[in-house]
Amino acid sequence: MSKKTHVQTEINGEGIEFLCEPRQSLLEVLRDELHLTGAKEGCNNGNCGACTVLMGDRIVNSCIVLGVEAEGEKIETIEGIATSEGLHPIQQKFLEHAALQCGICTPGFIVSSKALLEQNPTPSEEDVRFWLAGNLCRCTGYHKIVEAVMDAAKALNTEVADNA
Amino acid sequence: MQAFEYVAAKSISEAIDLLSERGDQARILSGGTDLIVQVREKRRSLELMVDVKQIPEVNEISHSSADGLVLGASTPCYKIYNDPDIKSAYPGLIDAVSIIGGIQVQGRASVGGNLCNASPAADSTPALIVLDATCVIAGPSGTREVAAKDFCTAPGQTTMENGEFLTSIKIPTPDTNSSSFYLRFIPRNEMDIAVVGAGASVVLDESHKSFVSAHVALGAVAPTPLYAEEASNLLSGQEISDEIINQAAEAAQAIARPISDMRGTANQRKHLVGVLTRRALNGAVNRVKETK
Repeated sequence: MSKKTHVQTEINGEGIEFLCEPRQSLLEVLRDELHLTGAKEGCNNGNCGACTVLMGDRIVNSCIVLGVEAEGEKIETIEGIATSEGLHPIQQKFLEHAALQCGICTPGFIVSSKALLEQNPTPSEEDVRFWLAGNLCRCTGYHKIVEAVMDAAKALNTEVADNA
Repeated sequence: MQAFEYVAAKSISEAIDLLSERGDQARILSGGTDLIVQVREKRRSLELMVDVKQIPEVNEISHSSADGLVLGASTPCYKIYNDPDIKSAYPGLIDAVSIIGGIQVQGRASVGGNLCNASPAADSTPALIVLDATCVIAGPSGTREVAAKDFCTAPGQTTMENGEFLTSIKIPTPDTNSSSFYLRFIPRNEMDIAVVGAGASVVLDESHKSFVSAHVALGAVAPTPLYAEEASNLLSGQEISDEIINQAAEAAQAIARPISDMRGTANQRKHLVGVLTRRALNGAVNRVKETK
């Protein structure tokens, strides 16, 4: 076992310090050390996107990021998306459109979709499908997920208009 | 995953010292999208990962009249395709970095890492070859430069020796009336590894009727990405026509020496080289005409 490294980071808006070995992925640190078990381990090789988290302003597969690389970074996980007031509109739309079945891929899809809508508030269906290509779902056939994200975009834009 | 040490190097010389000390037991960590998977799957063992993402020169994008575009080797794909100057000057590079993995991978994976991983199917390497890119390698005895077409020497092998690492990639400023294009064949629309990839760059005359010069490069049809020299040379000075583009495609097919594997047979790949070379050349020509 090699020496543990002290890492200082920010997760879901809160300053967090942890110790980890270089060989531990960010996903392992989140789940096993910090008990944030929302991000899931699917393939563990960067293909399925179930472990997607936001690091800085980019979504990454946390299974292929080392925990030590989180030093000084801002991380957002699925746990940081709903507020005490309720679900995020994307989460609400996933429920309304039945965009999940077994649910393992859902945290990754929601984190990815949120990043998409922050960058592109009015995506086309093609934009949504292309953006979500790095998230695999073996249950839904994707259609309901794409519908939920498109509808969430509408809901978020209405919210923005209402607040204007 | 096996145990290893991790150092985030702060300077090029610190990274060189660490690499020299540990020899082949040390490896540069850039985006980690290949390296971490290889170590986890026991396809590579090492004692030390040297993270170079905190070294400024390795992560910057800069433009100069002497060197053209200088891409820090660890610059992630998304920074490249979000750069408006690269977008307009090097569209063939944008084609390649936009299709490496999904959005999550593009947030970390770098062109330098794509080169150093030395996969025969690396998408960005043919795009760099046709843009006449140069790899800048730092090592214990100073800095040296190698043409992108000579960087990979075998699957997973590069021209770099112990103690050396890739710090940046220089791409000359494009000529007027020029453009570039990269495409690959995969059985789905995204998130896949090239069955065959083809890149082309062209310089046309003022009237856009003839080639002044052209470059063609191929991926996934040999142990390394290939520069198609004869296909490139035979286009120089020729009037643009289907016939001359077909000749170039045939010359490209002649140098392809693909294998059959799970992604495709050697015959299919040979055929695809012809199709993709034509499409890459036509794609680059059309881009010059569109930007008129």
